[in-house]
Amino acid sequence: MKTICFYFQIHQPFRLKRYRFFDIGNDHYYYDDFNNEEIIHRIAQRSYLPANQTLLEMIKNSNGKFKVAFSISGVALEQLEIYVPEFIDSMKELAKTGCVEFLSETYAHCLASLQDPEEFASQVKMHDDKIEELFGQRPKVFRNTELIYSDEIACQIAALGFKGCITEGAKHILGWKSPNYLYNSAAVPKLKLLLKNYKVSDDISFRFSNYEWSEYPLTADKFMNWIANTPEQEQVVNLFMNYETLGELQPRETGIFEFMKALPRFAEERGIGFATPTEIISRLKPVAALSMPYPISWADEERDTSAWLGNILQNEAFEKLYSVAERVRLCEDRRLKQDWNYLQTSDHFYYMCTKHFSDGAVHSHYSPYETPYEAFTNYMNVLSDFIVRVEAQYPAEIENEELNALITTIKNQASEIEMLQKELKSAKTEKQQAKAKVETKKTTKTTAKTTAKKAETPKAKTTKKAPAKA
Amino acid sequence: MKALMFGWEFPPHILGGLGTASYGLTKGMAECGDMDITFVIPKPWGDEDKSFAHIIGAGNTPVVWRDVAWETACDRLSYCMDPQEYYRLRDHIYADFNYMHTNDLGCIEFSGRYPDNLLEEINNYSIVAGVIARACPCDVIHSHDWLTYPAGIHAKQVTGKPLVIHVHATDFDRSRGNVNPTVYRIEKDGMDWADHIITVSNLTRQTVIEKYHIDPAKVTTVHNAVEPLSDEIMAMQVTKNTQEKVVTFLGRITMQKGPEYFVEAAARVLKKSNNVRFVMAGSGDMMNKMIRLAAQRNISDRFHFTGFLKGKQVYEMLKASDVYIMPSVSEPFGISPLEAMQVGVPSIISKQSGCAEILTNVIKTDYWDIDAMADAIYSIITYPGMYQQLKVQGKLEVDEIKWKYAGQKVIDIYHRVIGK
Repeated sequence: MKTICFYFQIHQPFRLKRYRFFDIGNDHYYYDDFNNEEIIHRIAQRSYLPANQTLLEMIKNSNGKFKVAFSISGVALEQLEIYVPEFIDSMKELAKTGCVEFLSETYAHCLASLQDPEEFASQVKMHDDKIEELFGQRPKVFRNTELIYSDEIACQIAALGFKGCITEGAKHILGWKSPNYLYNSAAVPKLKLLLKNYKVSDDISFRFSNYEWSEYPLTADKFMNWIANTPEQEQVVNLFMNYETLGELQPRETGIFEFMKALPRFAEERGIGFATPTEIISRLKPVAALSMPYPISWADEERDTSAWLGNILQNEAFEKLYSVAERVRLCEDRRLKQDWNYLQTSDHFYYMCTKHFSDGAVHSHYSPYETPYEAFTNYMNVLSDFIVRVEAQYPAEIENEELNALITTIKNQASEIEMLQKELKSAKTEKQQAKAKVETKKTTKTTAKTTAKKAETPKAKTTKKAPAKA
Repeated sequence: MKALMFGWEFPPHILGGLGTASYGLTKGMAECGDMDITFVIPKPWGDEDKSFAHIIGAGNTPVVWRDVAWETACDRLSYCMDPQEYYRLRDHIYADFNYMHTNDLGCIEFSGRYPDNLLEEINNYSIVAGVIARACPCDVIHSHDWLTYPAGIHAKQVTGKPLVIHVHATDFDRSRGNVNPTVYRIEKDGMDWADHIITVSNLTRQTVIEKYHIDPAKVTTVHNAVEPLSDEIMAMQVTKNTQEKVVTFLGRITMQKGPEYFVEAAARVLKKSNNVRFVMAGSGDMMNKMIRLAAQRNISDRFHFTGFLKGKQVYEMLKASDVYIMPSVSEPFGISPLEAMQVGVPSIISKQSGCAEILTNVIKTDYWDIDAMADAIYSIITYPGMYQQLKVQGKLEVDEIKWKYAGQKVIDIYHRVIGK
């Protein structure tokens, strides 16, 4: 039986406001609230909400046979919580049907997987916590930002305990291989790979309403025929797209929602089923191992990372940003951590892409800036202010290693305190068991107390330094 | 195809961008092949590049018949033209201009500059054009800028050949709106007589259509280009102060170029950063005002005036710069940022400049948006990635803007007007 795996991605960045260099050091709020609210509202009204409604109907009408997966970035969830809370409710309702799977990704929709494994791991954990908190399920399959994937990233993903990963399956990456099978990673064989069928996916997301397309109009009947007519052995068709496809990219008038609604019926007629990524991974055996020495993605014709890290501007911004990663992780400041997340979002780098000077207008279409140079200037000004704030927390003069050493001392002392407290506890129980040994108990208690006091002093020192610098 | 061109300036004796542009275009057209160009200028100096065009000096063209001995002609004219040509031109005198002030050769003297009696000189130029048009057969007439429109019209009346006029600037650009009625009349007259009008940018094209009420179908934009730099200039080494960044404004210090916005932007940058110096190179009627303004903003210690720079000095200045800025209020084209990009200097230009239409690897701001300008300056001098990207990509981009392509477009227009 053939299976279709639908996966939708929802992401919106926190766009930055116009931030001049005079503001560096003076203004620590970076976001264009008006624009962000306007955009998320518009997209939610035109796409997310009606699409959720459609999917819910489809699940109910097919008695749970229709299945779908979502990947929602943390920054998008935050914006939706603030501006369109009804969307969260509607998503929860979808989740309750049991036919919806949530995938894991980085909280900030960031590119940390290419640069900073430690940051990557913490981003993934933060995202999964958020999903679990909102929708009550822990993601089991991973999907990286913009489907970026390489052997190196595969190792990181597997180390985080994921069984499967979703990535791009474009022709020039796969060569003669078909994306309609389950694969596994050559670097980590236990990590299974689901590949996007880019042709059929793009038929829906880009060509659906194109009058000039030879297959126009695309009907659910015709679409299911295509899938039914794929070779017998090909068991799975992965349809991965942005959620905005339903309603925004392909507006309601094109009939995209009706097309979706008709899919389950025609699928059933031809014996085609739907499944979530986890189900596919547990059901199917991988047919071969795929090796990706260089990172791939689902963007542009090149399908590489050049849309985010393709020119000097992007690389400088990227390097600068992650140069303070370690420091930020040491910080406790909540606002700083929040800005750190928002600034990592890959879209900021996408706006700086200069490729569209020659080819597609896709980049400029989504950018709030007139030119990539403006995008860079604005971002760097914000980042400069951010770095000033990080340095105010921990002065730049202290070397990372020194700082690390201090912090490990604090950590070690903390664990020492814990150990001693345990000892104290056992001593207390001992005391209850044997009241006779009163003398011994007293001495343990006093030593524990003195070490605890000592442990606290260096910590106080470092925190004291910060306000003095600021 | 034979073209008769009327110009006012020609390198190396130039006073503004007009000479550079006419020279580049003529050379570019010659490169396209099958062009025989006669270029008329008021006063040749003899050191002009004659390899691609036949140059005739209006000041060496007789309008009154004088009996001149061969030896005299050789003596007086061979520095810039073939004396035989003098006699050929003399055969085409068409009216009695004895009432005019002429020299012993029967020629009217020209300054070739922009003197106070400019209107008189323009008129004289068109009288001479009548002789030249009769002497030099052509297929098309091409006039560069308003000074030569009357000459072009005259030539058209004499020969009946189509007239193409090239608008390098209009009086609206030069005066920020306070148009001189006499100049406007000359410009309008030229545009009405022209069979086709070439503008150097869409901005100018719009002015021609809206302010001079010309049929849009008759107006075509051909963007200017830039000559590749000579090896000598490219090899020039300038010792650069690595500690401090240099931001340069280079051009006439006049209202049109928006120098005050540069001073204001400089004041803002200096509030935040102190390892940067600003240079205003050039001279003009607003220079003293700018010196006072810089003093008023209390930045005179970091804001420098060089006075007028010429020839190589210009490139020395550019090579010593880290940022080039052109905040022009209204710039028909503006070739200087292209020159800055050729030597690898990142440029900031106003959106009101014609060259903004064809450049992508530059920063564009509104001329009045001092904040944006200051921000762009700060960004280039602070973030190495920005500097490198603009430097490298800008150079690559500008190397592809060639006069040859512009020349081909002009030739296509010739074919169109001749075929009509």
